[in-house]
Amino acid sequence: MSTRLAKGGRLIDRATTHRFTFNGRQMQGYAGDTLASALLAGDQMLVGRSFKYHRPRGIVASGAEEPNALVGLGSGNTFEPNQRVTVTELFDGLEAQSQNHWPSLEFDVGAINAKLSRFLPAGFYYKTFIHPRPFWKHVYEPFIRKSAGLGKAPDKEARDPDTYEHFYAHVDVLVIGGGVAGLQAAKVAAQSGGKVLLIEQNAHWGGRAPVDGGTVDGAEADAWVSATLEELEGMANVTLRARTMGAGLYDHGYATAYERVSDHAPGSDAPRHRLWRIRAGQIVTATGAIERPLSFAGNDIPGVMLASAARDFAVNYAVSPGDRTVVVTNNDDAYRTALALKSLGLSVPAVIDARANGGGALMAEAEAQGIRVLKGKGIAKVQGGARVTGVEICAQAGEGATQETIACDAVAMSGGWSPVVHLWSHIGGKLTWDETENFFRPDPERAPITHDGSAIVTAVGAANGHLGLSEIVSDATSGTTSALKRIGLSVDAAAPEASPRDEAPMEPVWLMPQGAKRALRAKAWLDFQNDVKVTDVQLAAQEGYVSVEHTKRYTTLGMATDQGKLSNINGLAILSQALGEGIPQVGTTTFRPPYTPISLASIAGEAKGELFQPIRRTALHSWHEENGAEWEPVGHWRRPFAYRKPGESTHDAVTRECVATRESLGLLDASTLGKILVKGPDAGRFMDMLYTNMMSSLKPGFCRYGLMCSENGFLMDDGVVARIDEDTFLCHTTTGGAERIHAHMEEWLQTEWWDWKVWVLNVTEQYTQIGVVGPKSRAVLEKLGTEGIGKDDLPFMRWIDGNVGGIPARIFRISFSGELSFEIAVAANRGRELWGKLIEAGQEFNVTPYGTEAMHVLRAEKGFIMIGEETDGTIIPQDLGLHWAISKKKEDYIGKRAQERSFMDNPERWQLVGLETTDGSKLPDGAYAVAPGNNANGQVNTQGRVTSSYHSAALGRPIAMGLVHNGPDRMGEVIEFAMTDGSRVPAKITGTIFFDPEGEKQNV
Amino acid sequence: MSDIARDGARAAGSVTVDSLGPQGMISVRAKMDDPALASALTELGGLSVPGPLSMSRSGEMAVLWMGPDEVMVLCAYNAAQLLSEKLSASLSGAHALAANVSDARAMFRLTGPENEVREALAKLTPADCAPDALPEGRVRRTRLAQVAGAIWIEEGAANVIAFRSGADYVFGLLKTAAADSARVGYF
Amino acid sequence: MLILECPYCGVKADETELHPGGEAHLTRFGPGSSDDAFESYLFMRANPKGVHFERWRHAHGCGKWFHAARCTVTLEVFGTYSAQTTEPPSDIIEKIAARRPGWAKESQA
Repeated sequence: MSTRLAKGGRLIDRATTHRFTFNGRQMQGYAGDTLASALLAGDQMLVGRSFKYHRPRGIVASGAEEPNALVGLGSGNTFEPNQRVTVTELFDGLEAQSQNHWPSLEFDVGAINAKLSRFLPAGFYYKTFIHPRPFWKHVYEPFIRKSAGLGKAPDKEARDPDTYEHFYAHVDVLVIGGGVAGLQAAKVAAQSGGKVLLIEQNAHWGGRAPVDGGTVDGAEADAWVSATLEELEGMANVTLRARTMGAGLYDHGYATAYERVSDHAPGSDAPRHRLWRIRAGQIVTATGAIERPLSFAGNDIPGVMLASAARDFAVNYAVSPGDRTVVVTNNDDAYRTALALKSLGLSVPAVIDARANGGGALMAEAEAQGIRVLKGKGIAKVQGGARVTGVEICAQAGEGATQETIACDAVAMSGGWSPVVHLWSHIGGKLTWDETENFFRPDPERAPITHDGSAIVTAVGAANGHLGLSEIVSDATSGTTSALKRIGLSVDAAAPEASPRDEAPMEPVWLMPQGAKRALRAKAWLDFQNDVKVTDVQLAAQEGYVSVEHTKRYTTLGMATDQGKLSNINGLAILSQALGEGIPQVGTTTFRPPYTPISLASIAGEAKGELFQPIRRTALHSWHEENGAEWEPVGHWRRPFAYRKPGESTHDAVTRECVATRESLGLLDASTLGKILVKGPDAGRFMDMLYTNMMSSLKPGFCRYGLMCSENGFLMDDGVVARIDEDTFLCHTTTGGAERIHAHMEEWLQTEWWDWKVWVLNVTEQYTQIGVVGPKSRAVLEKLGTEGIGKDDLPFMRWIDGNVGGIPARIFRISFSGELSFEIAVAANRGRELWGKLIEAGQEFNVTPYGTEAMHVLRAEKGFIMIGEETDGTIIPQDLGLHWAISKKKEDYIGKRAQERSFMDNPERWQLVGLETTDGSKLPDGAYAVAPGNNANGQVNTQGRVTSSYHSAALGRPIAMGLVHNGPDRMGEVIEFAMTDGSRVPAKITGTIFFDPEGEKQNV
Repeated sequence: MSDIARDGARAAGSVTVDSLGPQGMISVRAKMDDPALASALTELGGLSVPGPLSMSRSGEMAVLWMGPDEVMVLCAYNAAQLLSEKLSASLSGAHALAANVSDARAMFRLTGPENEVREALAKLTPADCAPDALPEGRVRRTRLAQVAGAIWIEEGAANVIAFRSGADYVFGLLKTAAADSARVGYF
Repeated sequence: MLILECPYCGVKADETELHPGGEAHLTRFGPGSSDDAFESYLFMRANPKGVHFERWRHAHGCGKWFHAARCTVTLEVFGTYSAQTTEPPSDIIEKIAARRPGWAKESQA
């Protein structure tokens, strides 16, 4: 069993007890514990069930690389699945539940999968669940869906109550990793005077050295770490951040780091996570190395863990992994675990060393301590189900015949170490295979480069393939010095003395034993989280998935949330053996950010709730809100769709608004439409290029409706242009077009016609613009003292400057409804005031604010087109009967050449007409008109579609506009529209002006 | 919900965020080296053409450099219309455009310990907010979370201008970034 | 997440302050041009695996368009320059030639 030792534990504070639950069981630990160490202290080694086979799984590692021990933390709004117990700091009141089992962790029905494993190898789902065909939808898929996945999703109603944020930091040197290498690197970088940021993913500093021992600069590693931290904390140009993981490296020195600000202190007001967005001149990755498992049968049974993890738990947390721990290894480092456990009074029945000659000084030390060492041996299989009970020993060079059985309840395994090269690889740094150490390490000749082609990342310490303290410290010093030089900073730093590495060479052991038979290989695990075993990779090779990328996806090796931290190299080695190629030839798959999972919320940062997107409001917004506005999103703007009075449906409101506007007086908030000033001696010339119309001929005081096309010929915007003076035009655009057309204008002026003298200014938000619409529009304005707007004083399509209600205003006589109509522009800060005056003065005229839907209906009744309704990016003015807006006098304008292409200059194109159903029903927007016969694909032929469809209050029936083949020549003809349920609705082709065809209502 | 661009608003804390209400702003498009611009600004109130990313001051008025052919004049709100007309008149012989845009923007100020003020900004913009990168008087147009804005530090306080339609959003951003419970401890 | 130095305001702009604008130095063809020339102007782009001359706009900044010479593979930036020119300046061409022996501007398809 695993237990808490009476003494020791570098990181725990025995004075503070934290209570927590695991699957409802009350447990306790100390401040400083991780959930992993606290669970082990309480003899809870079994922590979950594996993904596919539902095998019992235990804690394997002590850090971020943990593949098995994933739990659901918390409950309700704060429930979060798939949290690794090894990096979860214990706090009082923590609730944890294990995952992927039913009905319980101890008795899991899913374990049947393990019995059927012969039929469920890698890729089985590509070969099964195919027949009978109908079973997929009704039987297989629902079953798979229910049993798939690891953790449990939070409740549908759960809402994350925490806040998250980003933080942008600009530094000269970013050092990632707070072990000895990182601390030394930061110290050297700081000496240069540059800005240094040192981040460490754990809550504690120092990395492996305080556990593994050794001296730096004459002091014990632990003491050197503390002293260095203190020194760095006192330097103004250095920032230290613990609990902050380097998540990803990107272009030009950009890096993200994930700070877990208050995960360990729930209930705090502080943000839960902070995503650092860092720009660094140079990046030093001191990310250490991760130990590899050995591949032997039963290496996944709870109680089998990495050798370094076993000693981490013992030394850092005073937790013994087992009463009797057998160590199995191919290298000298694992002896440190045997020695550490022994020194704590724990039993180490044997060290199984796969090397025929065993190891060096550390082995000698172990033997001197009375620890039995078996050389040239391996573990044939582990005994036990939910917990290790013993190991069967064999010759490493053999096929796995059992020579001896040793009783034990923990196995500490070491297959060697792999430098953590993820960040280096994220931005294209290449790796080289080290034949002596049998790992991939960063290739310094092919480092990631930055904007000027120079190297931007330097790996130091174990991350750079150095496993001895002396080499680590020296590498950190020289590496950082070179990095600083690249950004013009210099230091004269000497590496302190440190313990040299005194170890015999390791031997690569990719399968234990070397000639293990199939029955053993089928239980030798490579990827614990995704349940991939040695035989799976061998099967992939056999089936032809010889590329490492294919093997990965076929077997799912390395695709779990641990991104293969314990499995990549071991799996790669099996594949290369199966293919008969060297490991470097087979290569690795791609490492991608983030290094370990980060919360989606941290990526969103502040963008949730009210700040999810930048909602845009006009100056009249609060009035609309207070008066029943039903909001319509128009891009980021919010515009009233309709104003619903109590008890009114939306349809009723729209009808009421349309009727009131045509009968007396409506008000529309038109502030969102774009308003762009174009000024200069070349303004007219410029306007003539932008619009299809002749605009330079527009006289001051006059307005003209204009169309804009893209260079590809398609209609992209429309609006009324007002000539302000000789040099100045004011262009109105659609709401969605304001920024886009302004940018379009600037693009042409800056990148093509840069010698033309034209200034452009986007003044959209300077004005509140109110449509005063209807037979009583002039009356209400004159009631407010507006002068000069009589029938002959201000004819249609003219504008004047004046005063409305004492507020300076520009008054446009323009109409989008066919009614007598004025648009009044006032400074936005006075918009609310003007609106209020109009409401008050308009009472006697039944003044009715109307929204976008009523606006749409009114214009449709008059056959006016709308960008985005009649146009969809493929429509040209000629399709909409707008030939009159295309100047024949201009030699050139944007879109002219495009419209000369044969498919645009083509009478076969569908053209705009009105549509009137014969049964009085309303046609759905977008419905297609069918034509006789089928096309080559067997689809029904079409001859038109509906572009706008509304209920018209003025006509008392629905109206629609649409594009129809030869439409204008087929007036009166009845065609059929297809409904989504397969039925057909007939509609007659009519003209597009349904109401007041003579335009009399405007002529007043 | 009130109109914070017009009426102002305050979120108090160690760093206090204020929506300042209407500010006078005049946009001017002209080439920076056009002598007509220099003399028009002098005439307006003894103002000078600022260098790139800078501002110049004269009493209550200031000129912000917005781009190589654009400046923004800050003045009293009630004077803006008249001043923009005066400016247009002074510039009438030249190829230039001056327009009153006082109502098109919202202006905010963050006051408090300067390091905390800079930290609040640093949560929202990729622009470096450290004292050496954003010294007093440097005007930086940039991105604030999801919108465009301009920031500058003056007398230890941060000034932010953004489009009026996004006033509630920007105020929310600044308030959240400046919250007492969200200290970063970096600057 | 590139950094490009805006030649108009001097800011070393983060990519999130910028909008990309495609290939630089396109020749506009209008009325009177052949279908091939017009099609090429609208749709044909070099898309090199290597040195690319491209347009960018400092959208959340001074608002100006500028040009950049950048390697599409390594993201090395050889320089940024004014948008008001029909071809890259000679100092940038020289820099590219020095960094990429064997590269010639004409070799772009």
